[in-house]
Amino acid sequence: MIPAPFDYEVATSVGHALDALSADGDAKLLAGGHSLIPAMKLRVVRPTRLVDIGRLAELTYVNDVGTHVAIGALTTHAAVASAPLLEEHCPIVSYTAAQIGDPQVRHRGTIGGTAAHGDPASDMPAVLLALGAEMVVTGKGGERVVAATDFFTGVFTTAIGPGEMLTEVRVPKLGDSTGWAYVKANRRAQDWATVGVAALVHRDNGKIAGASIGLVNMGGTPLRAKAAEDALSSGASVADAAAIVGQGAEPPDDHAGSSEYRGHLATVIARRALEQALGG
Amino acid sequence: MSATQARRYIGEPVKRREDRSLLVGTGTFVDNMTPLGTLVMAVVRSPYAHARITSLNLDAARRAPGVVAVLAAADLAEDWKAAMPCAWPVTEEMRNPPHYPLTDHPRYQGDGVAVVIAESRAQAKDAAELVEIEYESLPVLVEVAKALDAGAPLVHEELGTNECYTWVLETADTDQVIADAEVVVTRRYFQPRLIPNAIEPRAVLAVPGLVDDVTLYSATQIPHILRVLVAATLGMNESKLRVVAPDVGGGFGSKLDVYAEELLAVALARRLGRPVKWTEERSEGYVATIHGRDFVTEYTLAATKDGKITACRAKVHAAMGAYLQLVTPGVPLLGAWIYSGPYDIPNYSVTFVGVFTNTTPTDAYRGAGRPEATYVIERTMDALARELGLDPLELRRRNFITEFPKTIASGLTIDSGDYVASLDRLEELLGLEALRDEQRARHASGSTKQLGVGFSTYNEMCGLAPSRILGAIRYAAGGWDAATVRCLPTGSVQVITGTSPHGQGHETAWAQIVADRFGCDIAEVEVLHGDTSIASIGMDTYGSRSLPVGGVALWHAAEKVVDKAREIVAHELEVSAEDLEFADGVFRVKGSPEKEKALKAVAFQAWAAHDLPDGMEPGLEATAVYDPPNFSWPGGAHAAVVEVDTETGDARLVRYVAVDDIGKVVNPLIADGQVHGGITQGIATALYEEGTYDSDGNLQTANMLTYLVPSAAELPSYELDRTESPSPTNPLGVKGVGETGTIASAPAVINAVVDALSHLGITDIQMPATPERVWRAIQEAKS
Repeated sequence: MIPAPFDYEVATSVGHALDALSADGDAKLLAGGHSLIPAMKLRVVRPTRLVDIGRLAELTYVNDVGTHVAIGALTTHAAVASAPLLEEHCPIVSYTAAQIGDPQVRHRGTIGGTAAHGDPASDMPAVLLALGAEMVVTGKGGERVVAATDFFTGVFTTAIGPGEMLTEVRVPKLGDSTGWAYVKANRRAQDWATVGVAALVHRDNGKIAGASIGLVNMGGTPLRAKAAEDALSSGASVADAAAIVGQGAEPPDDHAGSSEYRGHLATVIARRALEQALGG
Repeated sequence: MSATQARRYIGEPVKRREDRSLLVGTGTFVDNMTPLGTLVMAVVRSPYAHARITSLNLDAARRAPGVVAVLAAADLAEDWKAAMPCAWPVTEEMRNPPHYPLTDHPRYQGDGVAVVIAESRAQAKDAAELVEIEYESLPVLVEVAKALDAGAPLVHEELGTNECYTWVLETADTDQVIADAEVVVTRRYFQPRLIPNAIEPRAVLAVPGLVDDVTLYSATQIPHILRVLVAATLGMNESKLRVVAPDVGGGFGSKLDVYAEELLAVALARRLGRPVKWTEERSEGYVATIHGRDFVTEYTLAATKDGKITACRAKVHAAMGAYLQLVTPGVPLLGAWIYSGPYDIPNYSVTFVGVFTNTTPTDAYRGAGRPEATYVIERTMDALARELGLDPLELRRRNFITEFPKTIASGLTIDSGDYVASLDRLEELLGLEALRDEQRARHASGSTKQLGVGFSTYNEMCGLAPSRILGAIRYAAGGWDAATVRCLPTGSVQVITGTSPHGQGHETAWAQIVADRFGCDIAEVEVLHGDTSIASIGMDTYGSRSLPVGGVALWHAAEKVVDKAREIVAHELEVSAEDLEFADGVFRVKGSPEKEKALKAVAFQAWAAHDLPDGMEPGLEATAVYDPPNFSWPGGAHAAVVEVDTETGDARLVRYVAVDDIGKVVNPLIADGQVHGGITQGIATALYEEGTYDSDGNLQTANMLTYLVPSAAELPSYELDRTESPSPTNPLGVKGVGETGTIASAPAVINAVVDALSHLGITDIQMPATPERVWRAIQEAKS
């Protein structure tokens, strides 16, 4: 209920936030706070300083940048869900944003927060991974762009280095030949996915020419289902590809389901996602 | 002057007058109150399920900023004049090892070992982390089913056993009848541990007064019982202790207890001379507030080949947890007389064995003992129907009790009911034939979404009850309740009730009863409760007792007021009392209606006392204490329709239809709300909630992330209706309703899940029917 003592600082610019971060090695950035604050209340996480970036309007936007749509890291899930640019060019992102948590979570939580938190059970990271999104990480020395594939490095860990922050997420515009689906199984509406599957398929005359599949809560990070993707590229049926979607994954074993059950569930959810993507 | 139309409030869906303040955030909850100088208490809890403290260092915590005191078990030993109370020693031999608010030998994870008192909540919490304790861990027992195994770890070593008690109720030849029966079905069930989640966590504030008195504010269901037992445990003069239950945000039985924190707060407020407050954290509540259920039951039904049930037998092992709380050992007994359900079963046998485990103590949780009974009966009725090749509803119809009052084999008498009518109405609402057609179509097409329909026809006994019977079954308190009705000189009416609402809407429903009796506007009736200095006598709110006991007491008090007013009017009008009729708030002389006197005017007259009959006391008020002659016996028929995804195992409720018979209804809006909430808690048991420990006694479901309380998003809108068999034992004809939904619903849902999968040969699914459990059952059935 009551976090351990900490200092609190409101950042007025990205530069200010970076200064504050580098001044205190145990500082943490506060965006929507929906993952951080509960952990602090249980005293599982004890930052010495919170740098509140929640008021940085400069990181709240959805912009057309040519081949991609750029999303400011502090854009809330609710704003992402209702962004016309995303609905037009990359609807899997806006659709998925609308599936996160509950309305309160979606109005406080941000796309940058969910990516930077690196929770393998979160919905959006697997979508970003399947999309091959670009993650813009800013430090005092300037910006660097990290591919989503390289961004999620472990349980609750990402490629964001000390003194750096995630400032933007760029998702590619999808063409008309790309079908998509995000399907998750969860117990209660607001629960994390027991398993989730993000599927992007490149349709060629009603068949799958290639696919990109992201998995939620099937390991320590969001995962790409490479074996299933390869099988689809080589002409395997949706059912056969879905059957090997968890190949190589080591799904967690927890209250929502055993590792074995998750392995099975992923095959069902993947098949449904691929069918939906192919049909849609 | 012509008579005004009588207002009729009873039976009308009057909106709850309580809701405005709750909805706009002006309710008065304990944690909202912070008198000047309030100190905050934090409890340091054992992380081990069973351990002995080998060293304790409180120095660092005592030196922390804002800290006023840090105390461990030994420091407070002198404060307790008695161990923590258990009010239901169910047998003479029952083992009740004494336990105290703090211990140096914790027996469950969360057992209190020290307290920190500080100027602020944050300081108390910070200092609590500085308490240094070393533990020697001891062997742990968590499973009820293993409690009596040879070599099982002992929760209380000095007892030499984990058995708390054995309690038996049986008719003479039940075992023989079962042995000789044409058909016998025996099933074994585990009903998991449930963790109550009242929307307001527990909270306590003890405020010392100037004359060695203390006011204890507590988020409790039982201010009156609490006052008796806190005074007894602390050796206080009871009249120096005032207990107040202000707005209380739900309880479901979890606030029907005397908790360590209540005793600690009073003891520390007296020691320190300052108010002491403790507010439970949500995660803390998962270990520190009582749990429910955790029953292993073997249940047998014996029948003839044509489906006439001849005997029932239940053998129950019930988890007490580590200690006995207020009514822990009595929980199974609350269902002991209804293991034959609404059926006429002549031979009866129930055996309860209470066992200790290294877990949070269990106690009464919504339904208490009756959901546990109904679950095994209704599941086994379906199993017996399958065994006999009978339709499950036909089996029920062949065995329903149809004549009332009915003395059943367990020895009690059911007041009234009409189980056939409830089931008939349920079938009409359900459209069973169409559902069965759809089910067959899905079987035929091999759909991955199979449909299941499950039933539960139930009865229950609630409204505790005749004090004499409670005494006979060794419950320490009485079963009466009290009400005072006071007509103020200006004509408004004060009602003081001994019941203690914490969400039930008594302020509205009680006003409906009195406004109808007095023929006045409901707005003129004020209902006061939950403060022992205002409502000095009462037996509080639990076990669906408030209306059939407290509401009836209220009716009698109102009658007494009318009777006294009649005497006063008769005196004034110089007629005999029998010549007066009272309607719409006005006394009139029979045959001379122009001679009249309003009750309101009598109130002023009684207050002024200028012209009262000789010997009559001034004032117009009356108190009634009502001890009911019987329990109240609701019943009904519920149906659940589920869709089971055979690929993922996910079972979702698509319809829920309930027809309840709760006698006369005072406020259908409130009754529906009770039924909605009750059904939801039973559905939660069937599909979502399960408190689990690992083998070391760590609670694995210690928060809302892992303990799945469902929300409206997971549930369909329920289809509710009622049949009405008024209770003949009280003038209002009412019965209890607070627990019916919870008692009825879990078996209906599981019967539906099993029905959806029975074509695969599946006959049972362990509660809660999680997707993984259902998936595994399907895999097993296939292989």
